[in-house]
Amino acid sequence: MADTGFLPKENLPALLEALSKKFAVFAPVLDGEVVLFKRFAPGATLCLTRPANLPPKGIIFPQSETLFNFNFKKDPEDPKKTSLELKENLDFVPTIIFGSRPCDAQGFRIYDRVYLETDTADPYYKGRREKTTIITLACNAPSPGCFCTSVGRGPAESDGSDLMMTELGKGYFFEPMTEKGKEIFKDSLFEDGSAYKEQAQKAHERVSALVKKPFAILEGTPEKLLSLFENSQFWEGETAKCISCGACTYLCPTCYCFNITDEQVGNSGERIRSWDACMFFHFTLEASSHNPRQNKHQRLKNRVGHKFSYYPKKYQGVIACCGCGRCIRYCPMSVDISEIVAHAQGA
Amino acid sequence: MFIEKLKEAVRKILPEVDVVIGYRQGFDPLHATPYFLDKPEQVDQLIWNPLCVQNLCSYIPFLKGKVGVIVKGCDSRAIVQYMQEKLITRENIKVIGVPCLRVISVKKVMAAINQQTVQEVTFEGDNIIVKIPEGPKTIPSADVAPRKCATCQLATPLQYDVLAGEAIQSNKPQDTFEETKEFEKLSLEERRAYWEKEFDRCIRCYACRNACPMCICQDKCIAESRDPHWTSQRANVTEKAMFHMIHGLHLAGRCISCEECERVCPMDIPVAKIKKKISMDLKELFGYEAGMNPDDTPPMYTFKVEEATIEEHEI
Ligand code: SF4
Ligand code: SF4
Ligand code: SF4
Ligand code: SF4
Repeated sequence: MADTGFLPKENLPALLEALSKKFAVFAPVLDGEVVLFKRFAPGATLCLTRPANLPPKGIIFPQSETLFNFNFKKDPEDPKKTSLELKENLDFVPTIIFGSRPCDAQGFRIYDRVYLETDTADPYYKGRREKTTIITLACNAPSPGCFCTSVGRGPAESDGSDLMMTELGKGYFFEPMTEKGKEIFKDSLFEDGSAYKEQAQKAHERVSALVKKPFAILEGTPEKLLSLFENSQFWEGETAKCISCGACTYLCPTCYCFNITDEQVGNSGERIRSWDACMFFHFTLEASSHNPRQNKHQRLKNRVGHKFSYYPKKYQGVIACCGCGRCIRYCPMSVDISEIVAHAQGA
Repeated sequence: MFIEKLKEAVRKILPEVDVVIGYRQGFDPLHATPYFLDKPEQVDQLIWNPLCVQNLCSYIPFLKGKVGVIVKGCDSRAIVQYMQEKLITRENIKVIGVPCLRVISVKKVMAAINQQTVQEVTFEGDNIIVKIPEGPKTIPSADVAPRKCATCQLATPLQYDVLAGEAIQSNKPQDTFEETKEFEKLSLEERRAYWEKEFDRCIRCYACRNACPMCICQDKCIAESRDPHWTSQRANVTEKAMFHMIHGLHLAGRCISCEECERVCPMDIPVAKIKKKISMDLKELFGYEAGMNPDDTPPMYTFKVEEATIEEHEI
């Protein structure tokens, strides 16, 4: 069989329906003016013309998940004695993320280093990640705020994706990147794509050139940011307009911090893991009531620092921002992370 | 040019305050961004156009020292409400008022241009012209204005120490809460279904709360506290709805209808509708509108044995 494929646009629903028989398929769907990844159902209004408002991160790293249920059982003979019953929640189903963008897929690569590529892999993340196939659509235009090419990625970046697709006139050009991708690709709906390869390549280059470049190079940025760590005047200036909400973090495909809480009623309950945001006051609030990040400038400094300094320092220079621009596009106050980084470089 | 008058006003105020909050150009031509300035050479970066949407008053209660702030009519109700609730020392605030007949909703423009990248924005008469990759698109400003502007009576701010430009009169009809009344005609089940669908999108980022000029609890909000434990970290509609009820009810008689909550929501949830309903009820029950008169007492801040507008039940 051919290495690449082509699928006429009118066959896309058929492909998704076929895949839905074997996988839980999530695709970008229009909900009012908002694009969200939802479980695909025939007749859904797919929206492939722009990145989803919320990246698909929640499919592998849910906003809130029950890690396990617990139950304290009293011994009927001796009520002082209790035993503990635990029920783990590790059933994951084969899943497809269809129509993610290259930046969305890159997000999972950022998580992988933290949650998979360690000697204590996270079983929940790992369970879902391994069962998920990511089909990514190369962008055919940058969205407001995008700057992926400035952080070493791009609108056709394939790292993190199992199967890449590119929109070309009447259909989509498909190219598998992994074994998982090849599996999907076996579907008979695909035509031979070799005639389109060059055209796809050209499209990638064209779009790449359109992405804005807030800074030319990143070399030295992690060190520069570290050197500004104590410079509260710089950070106060950059963050005065920030209202310290969670929008940037929750919309970010590379933010992976979580909170753990127990919800108990009577003798039983559940342990929940949920997204957390370093922009929240409570993120670093200690039991003693001391808070090392009392002020919002310390919090936004962490958000920028984590992505452009601490993470790259820890993981061979990899920047933990894929340049998707969501935090810029949807920030209530139009705070621009790329501008903060550029200012830091010049400070 | 109006912008020159505004800069002039800011230059005049600047020596008297520690910081002035205005607007400068944001990351693209469609976005203005709040600008905190304390040096005369920064004044030239200021901009003023209908895209200067943020309510800059929201920052004031959290700032120390003397603050100058650029304020539109609707925003000025926040100043008045802060005065009622003694959240600011009025003498420390220098209000630079701007006459305003309408702003433009960025979300509505983005919807009208199918969320494309904006290359240039110009204003011509009552139109906004947005240049997108396929060419310029002319949109009547009234079509993309937030709903608050359609019935705004405050073309000139209620409070100001300096007014940039001339005081003007509103040319708009009074708000009759038509949309709210229409919505109330739906059955309970229909309204419930509506809000369940809307709240389902909520990611609890709390942007609506943090942008609200009257949400002054902020870090102490009971939506996040473990003790008292009103909401959990579950991401279901019940929890989300609970947060929105907390937000709505804590603003009863305090919401100044700037609609910042709705403007900032990244999930496009019409949360201002909830506040609007509460404002309508407050007006009906207590004849009260928040943020109109500094000498008023918000109805929830006081107690009267007999309310003039509420009929007592016979015991
Ligand atoms: S940068 Fe914007 S989105 Fe992020 S916390 Fe600040 S105001 Fe909210
Ligand atoms: S920091 Fe902003 S631009 Fe970077 S990946 Fe996160 S949301 Fe996207
Ligand atoms: S509500 Fe009134 S003052 Fe506020 S933006 Fe609209 S027209 Fe201007
Ligand atoms: S801003 Fe929108 S998504 Fe965020 S908490 Fe408020 S309603 Fe929910």
